[in-house]
Amino acid sequence: MAEEKKYKKPIPRIDEENRPFWEACARHELYVQKCRSCGKVFFYARAFCPDDLSPALDWVKCSGKGKVYTFTVTQQNQSAGFRENLPYIMAYIELDEGVRMLTNIVECKPEDVKIGMPVEVTFEDATPEISIPLFRPAR
Amino acid sequence: MSIKGKTAVAGVYEHPLRWAPHKTQYQIMAESARGALEDAGLSIKNVDGLFTSGVSGMGIVSLAEHLNLNPDFLDSNSIGGSSFVSHTAHAAAAIAAGYCNVALILYGSKWSSDRFAIGTGGASGGDPSEQFENCYGPTTVGDYALTAQRHMYEFGTTSEQLAEIAVTMRKHASMNPYAKFRDPITVEDVITSRVVSSPLHLLDCCMISDGGGAVVVTSAERARDLKKKPVNILGAAEACYHTSAGVRDLTNAAAKQSGPKALERAGVTHKDVNMAMIYDSFTITVLVTLESLGFCKKGEGGSFVQNGRIGLGGALPINTDGGGLSSNHPGMRGIFLVIEATKQLRGECGERQVKNCNLAMVHGTGGTLGLRHSGASLVLGV
Repeated sequence: MAEEKKYKKPIPRIDEENRPFWEACARHELYVQKCRSCGKVFFYARAFCPDDLSPALDWVKCSGKGKVYTFTVTQQNQSAGFRENLPYIMAYIELDEGVRMLTNIVECKPEDVKIGMPVEVTFEDATPEISIPLFRPAR
Repeated sequence: MSIKGKTAVAGVYEHPLRWAPHKTQYQIMAESARGALEDAGLSIKNVDGLFTSGVSGMGIVSLAEHLNLNPDFLDSNSIGGSSFVSHTAHAAAAIAAGYCNVALILYGSKWSSDRFAIGTGGASGGDPSEQFENCYGPTTVGDYALTAQRHMYEFGTTSEQLAEIAVTMRKHASMNPYAKFRDPITVEDVITSRVVSSPLHLLDCCMISDGGGAVVVTSAERARDLKKKPVNILGAAEACYHTSAGVRDLTNAAAKQSGPKALERAGVTHKDVNMAMIYDSFTITVLVTLESLGFCKKGEGGSFVQNGRIGLGGALPINTDGGGLSSNHPGMRGIFLVIEATKQLRGECGERQVKNCNLAMVHGTGGTLGLRHSGASLVLGV
């Protein structure tokens, strides 16, 4: 009998554009990108700069620190992986590098999360290839 | 080239059902088509432009087949709930350009009886951005909640102010015999209803119903000879806002880009508008849309919606049918925005009629304010 799958949430699909991002996450490192020609820093991962379409990009390793830009405590989600873990905190984090990313805040009581709260990245290993960047209150 | 005044809404029909397990989706569309064409005094044989959304990828061809139509112009632009507002504008442009003469815009859905959890189901898609989002449990309610929370933080907007919107929509619904929820509610009822995704409560959220509707658009010249008073299409514009590579201000909606353009194209200003149909997927949608359209300053939406301003008899009555919060929301409700605005401009709304209603603004939001959405603005007048 097959063992019940432990990780039930949707697993990001690695593609030709986002592969380096997810490979870094598997090493528990968070990266954003910077355009070599215009200097634009952006998220999420692409094969080109979303300001000037230049393919010349650098990967910038993040400090892993940021602040909560906004959040919601979700009490109802009927899909697998979430309905077993209600309530959960979904948030946009403004990274120190200046861009915002969606995430979950963990190791934090729902009533304790506040906009502006300093947070730091942590990773949840979903599969051998995929680790999900999450954030927790900065220590 | 301007489309101003070249075309008109000649017929509308809102399907009366909110629960239709005994009908098919395409049947709801056909019944709506019959209603709107009768309203206009036209026949299905006159239709040479077909518009729909909420069907499968090539569903518009199946819809043409179901109705045994061979239209000269097809458009199934699918940008969420605003699609049908967009279709109305596209129909006007197509007719003005001579691509078709009688455009039929259709919507039908059974999302309630099919038990489709549109607001609180998980997201699973193949788009590039979704690979960075779906693992975090975004729901439709949660995505809008992200905007609501930030708006409260930046501008001091309160749950009571958002609740005022739900209370007003319910009051309007009490005057609409077809509305699903007609019993009055109070601000207290809204803020004590359970939290679905903070800070949004159950009564901050639109319902899920079945339903559908149809709109017929034709040239202004032809509309003059038809059964009902023509409602002129004066201006329109579209936009989409998304995550902007990681720097978008979540408290703005695409309405900020499309609204002022639509008004300018119509040659009117905010103070000329007698009533507005604003997509009310959630209370926060209305508040942010009003600010983004420019009916009040950014951050002032909370006080703008208080003291009866957006109710019947107020300075800017909104969603006189009761909106998605209280009348119907079969997954997408853009078509009902156009239908109710048309009925108001014709003076057909009885108890809920806005007095001296000559100019209406319609704005549909499709998708979510917190992640990505489309906006479609339309100015209609008589």
